[in-house]
Amino acid sequence: MNIVEINGVSKRYGKVEALNEINLQIAKGEIYGLIGPDGAGKSTLFRIMTSLIKPDKGFVKVLGFDSVNDYKEIRGRVGYMPGRFSLYQDLSVIENINLFATVFNTSLKENYRLIEDIYKQIEPFKNRRAGALSGGMKQKLALCCALIHKPDILFLDEPTTGVDPVSRREFWEILKRLNNEQITVIVSTPYMDEAKQCSKISLIKDGQIIKTDSPEMIVADFKKDIIEVSAKNMFELLKFLRKLNSVDLAYTYGDKHHVILKDRITISDFEREIKSASHEGLDFCCVNPTIEDYYIYFSNNS
Amino acid sequence: MESAIIVNNLVKKFGGFTAVDDISFSVAKGEIFGFLGANGAGKTTAMRMLCGLLKPTSGKAVVAGYDAFKYPEKVKASIGYMSQRFSLYNDLTVRENFRLYAGIYGLSNNEIVQKTQDMLFELDMLSAKDTLVKELPLGWKQKLSFSLAIVHKPQIVFLDEPTGGVDPGTRRQFWEMIYQAAEDGITAFVTTHYMDEAEYCDRVSIMVDGRIEAMDTPKNLKLQYGCEDFDSVFYQLARKAKRNAD
Repeated sequence: MNIVEINGVSKRYGKVEALNEINLQIAKGEIYGLIGPDGAGKSTLFRIMTSLIKPDKGFVKVLGFDSVNDYKEIRGRVGYMPGRFSLYQDLSVIENINLFATVFNTSLKENYRLIEDIYKQIEPFKNRRAGALSGGMKQKLALCCALIHKPDILFLDEPTTGVDPVSRREFWEILKRLNNEQITVIVSTPYMDEAKQCSKISLIKDGQIIKTDSPEMIVADFKKDIIEVSAKNMFELLKFLRKLNSVDLAYTYGDKHHVILKDRITISDFEREIKSASHEGLDFCCVNPTIEDYYIYFSNNS
Repeated sequence: MESAIIVNNLVKKFGGFTAVDDISFSVAKGEIFGFLGANGAGKTTAMRMLCGLLKPTSGKAVVAGYDAFKYPEKVKASIGYMSQRFSLYNDLTVRENFRLYAGIYGLSNNEIVQKTQDMLFELDMLSAKDTLVKELPLGWKQKLSFSLAIVHKPQIVFLDEPTGGVDPGTRRQFWEMIYQAAEDGITAFVTTHYMDEAEYCDRVSIMVDGRIEAMDTPKNLKLQYGCEDFDSVFYQLARKAKRNAD
């Protein structure tokens, strides 16, 4: 069953076309990732799905309800954590939670089991003003507030931006646990290790959906050889690689560079070309592509 | 090798809370130094002290040749700083931001005009020169901030999570600007939560609960902790943290 259906949705802000004829179906129980560069239209799509803004064209159904006509039905059944911290900075942690609980006609106690793990971490600061919390704690408070009414769908717009790797891991463990509690999660992220943990992702660019599939299938479908290259002076090497005729894309990848060759170029063509100049400590080999390789390829092409 | 930054037994306490707990290290000229740690480990506090923005409880720091606590104004004139919170003025245009920053750093009017043109060309942003900064995509803003942080050719540039929230493609473009600056002799001191970016650094330190727990090249740290990737190195160290990121 599709829990979200987006049909031909377009949205324009003045001259900027934020979304262009988006069609998307999200099934119940997914952890669904919306992946794309800044300005691709992800946040606009979140606001339309959560009924906060209206599309110019097309329509959206969330849990079977129309996002324009039945917006009240939707708002009572979904949780939304916007990209920017949007709780009341001058209220304390507990005041924010109680406010959200009251608005949704519930209480902290009622669905306590669902948020217990998260709430316990912020409980020591429950009398502190929300504005005086650290980034990690604000994020946990926002998640508590988004979950207070036990929503069927949780919308998270870049929830882990500015969060350190350890806390990100913990955050994703929480998401998976919530997902096991039958909550569908729709999340955007600039981290490809998080994209990999989604059950399905859509890649969005310039207001259009470029591709939708599981992360595994997207990588499996990516029929490009990736060559991993390294040398002593990596920045020199990168600039050199970009000048080669055989090279379509060259980019940093951890402590190596990755190279994608132009169409109909073989690895031996590349080998001949790269050996035309001497680079101290030059080393290269073929590796399997990752979701990050695909992302960089798609954001440079398409 | 000449040092851009020398830190000896630096401590910062806020009341009973020791944010930075006796750290010592040095950074060589032209080095790209990654200053890593979990949220709340003390990175921003340490960085603010090195920039002459905050006095330590005890200890010493020499930055760009000046004692950071005796001569903070000399330090400020010799460094660039890109803060975690976006440091441009949203209600000014791109060109006005250039004019403001370059003016503050004492460039002459002629220099400002020339430099603005050069930098906008390099950033491929000539067409956006009269756009309000708040209308720019995040990645552009970050690149613009960086250019402004080095507009006065500082000896060192401090970058506090410059790529937070930026997508993989734009992050790489940003790092190439750091490489370019390092090649031009600018020392880069950078914090990040992206562990692939840790590997772009010449050396990194990892802070846990106010102390530096590890410091070496990314390659050596991977060997030392027996990890395939840097994410695992960080995880091994940072999960030992006792204090909460409150």
